[in-house]
Amino acid sequence: MLIYLLKRFLWMIPLLIGISLISFFIMHLAPGDITTSEASFNPKASEESRQKIRELYSLDKPVIVQYGLWMKRMVTLDFGTSFASHQRPVFWQTKDKDGNISLGMIQEALPITLLINVLSLILIIAVALPLGVVSALNQNQLADRGITLFVFIGFAIPGFWVALMLMYWTGVQHNWLPISGLESLGYEHMHWYAQITDKLKHLFLPVFISGITGLAGISLFVRNGMLEVLHQDYITTARAKGLHENRVVYGHALRNALLPLITIFGLSIPGLIGGSVIAESIFAIPGMGKLFYDAVLMRDFPVIMGILTIGAILTLIGNLLADIAYAWADPRVRRGVIQ
Amino acid sequence: MKKVFSNPLVLIGFIIIASILVLAFTAPLIAPYDPDAIDVKAILLSPTSHHWMGTDGLGRDVFSRMLYGARISLMVGFVAVGIATAIGIVLGAIAGFYRGWVDTVIMRIVDVMLSIPTFFLILAVIAFLTPSIWNIMIVIGLTSWMGVTRLVRAEFLSLRNREFVLAAQTLGARDVRLIFTHLLPNSLTPIIVSSILGIASAVLVESGLSFLGLGVQAPQASWGNILTDGKEYIQFAWWLSLFPGLAILITVLGYNLLGDGLRDAFNPRSSQH
Repeated sequence: MLIYLLKRFLWMIPLLIGISLISFFIMHLAPGDITTSEASFNPKASEESRQKIRELYSLDKPVIVQYGLWMKRMVTLDFGTSFASHQRPVFWQTKDKDGNISLGMIQEALPITLLINVLSLILIIAVALPLGVVSALNQNQLADRGITLFVFIGFAIPGFWVALMLMYWTGVQHNWLPISGLESLGYEHMHWYAQITDKLKHLFLPVFISGITGLAGISLFVRNGMLEVLHQDYITTARAKGLHENRVVYGHALRNALLPLITIFGLSIPGLIGGSVIAESIFAIPGMGKLFYDAVLMRDFPVIMGILTIGAILTLIGNLLADIAYAWADPRVRRGVIQ
Repeated sequence: MKKVFSNPLVLIGFIIIASILVLAFTAPLIAPYDPDAIDVKAILLSPTSHHWMGTDGLGRDVFSRMLYGARISLMVGFVAVGIATAIGIVLGAIAGFYRGWVDTVIMRIVDVMLSIPTFFLILAVIAFLTPSIWNIMIVIGLTSWMGVTRLVRAEFLSLRNREFVLAAQTLGARDVRLIFTHLLPNSLTPIIVSSILGIASAVLVESGLSFLGLGVQAPQASWGNILTDGKEYIQFAWWLSLFPGLAILITVLGYNLLGDGLRDAFNPRSSQH
């Protein structure tokens, strides 16, 4: 197990180098350099701020030195300060000489996005698992057909459109749910339980929207996994030795069908993080997605590069956790019997 | 072919996509109004016999804009997936055919690309360039070739040592000939299926980008940016939000049905499930 973990961990180093190369390449995509007018049609882009970009990424030095410096920024997670938001540090808090702490932008936004993604993963599991199992157990019957139709629509429906429709229906027409932000006015003066219900009300739609696409995919995955497992010999054996059907389905089949799900969750992390742009910008949630979207609109390059890198690192960590969980769950993997 | 269309899902998918193709190609003929013509006397009209899908905040006919939007959506889907498939075939073929260190390098690049959240990558590139339909197509293409690469590589690895390939090689066929006349034609089905499914997700990405204002720019109509107007007027003009959303849903559903159905038809193993 230890060797497996160590190998898996070392494996992240070449990936990080690759990520640094790609992000460096993106920085140099703009014709000329990123300070020329083509890219910076932000009217606030004065000569002064251009000079700042040149300094930040050392654009006057040779390319190889620039890359080295960019690499150093990545390793130390120092992405500089934002152009648009009053010089706030992009990633983590800093102290100025008077001892005033200014919080990092990603530092503030990340927990919100993680909370929404964790909640939507829980929603996905809670809904997709039963759907997939029911679908597999009633293969080609009415329930299966219905669920399959739902899955196809789930794959095809644009999340932002559902968001818009739900916003109109629950927020504008019926006033059931708040449609923007994370807290109501006067949140600080509420009782703690009123605070929790207020938060949950605000989170409901964004979590639902982030989960909706994943929901379809995971239930289809559970269905196909179950069907595959149910045709295995050991299931026939379990039935032949007279085990109760519930025991066969939930004790033997489901457990094995769920194994690959761990990997799928790992793989779905970049999609969830990327998808947060749409959900958060529609509902004005101050998370990573909204931060990134605003940065793109303002051409706030330090923030863009910071979030791009942090997003990739989060994906790597997510995949690492998924692989560890898989090795923990499946002894064949940790002993190196199968890859 | 008969067997393929005997699957009702494939048939439905095919009919959906074919109808959208026809509507998009004949848009200039059937659109009742100029899609960009502003009419201040007809602002935010609800659907009537004159304006089937109503008008928008500038008095433009939504039905005409939807037809022209279909062209954008089709073009982005086909061009972006064309780029992705071309890159994927070349890299996948090289990796699967030559194996060894070339394979390792290419697959590591794939791993790196997959570890950056795609939507972030696309938005970041757009921030450094300018949003335009060409940039959108190229960026979506350049960020979605990884699946095809893996697929082509896997096909090549499994075909590489089959007798017909070895026979051709023994007869002196060059690498290029082996790749293009023996290996690639035998890998075509999964490539086509994954391209069709890829178009579906490209359509979703384009509409999402345009909805955020970072895709196709006004006044050019796209389903995504009609929805942006829909958001603005959501309290008084439901038709501005409903029709483009439905159009995206139906189009993506069409591609998915077609792609999944073709996969089942050509792969006897998956149709058992």
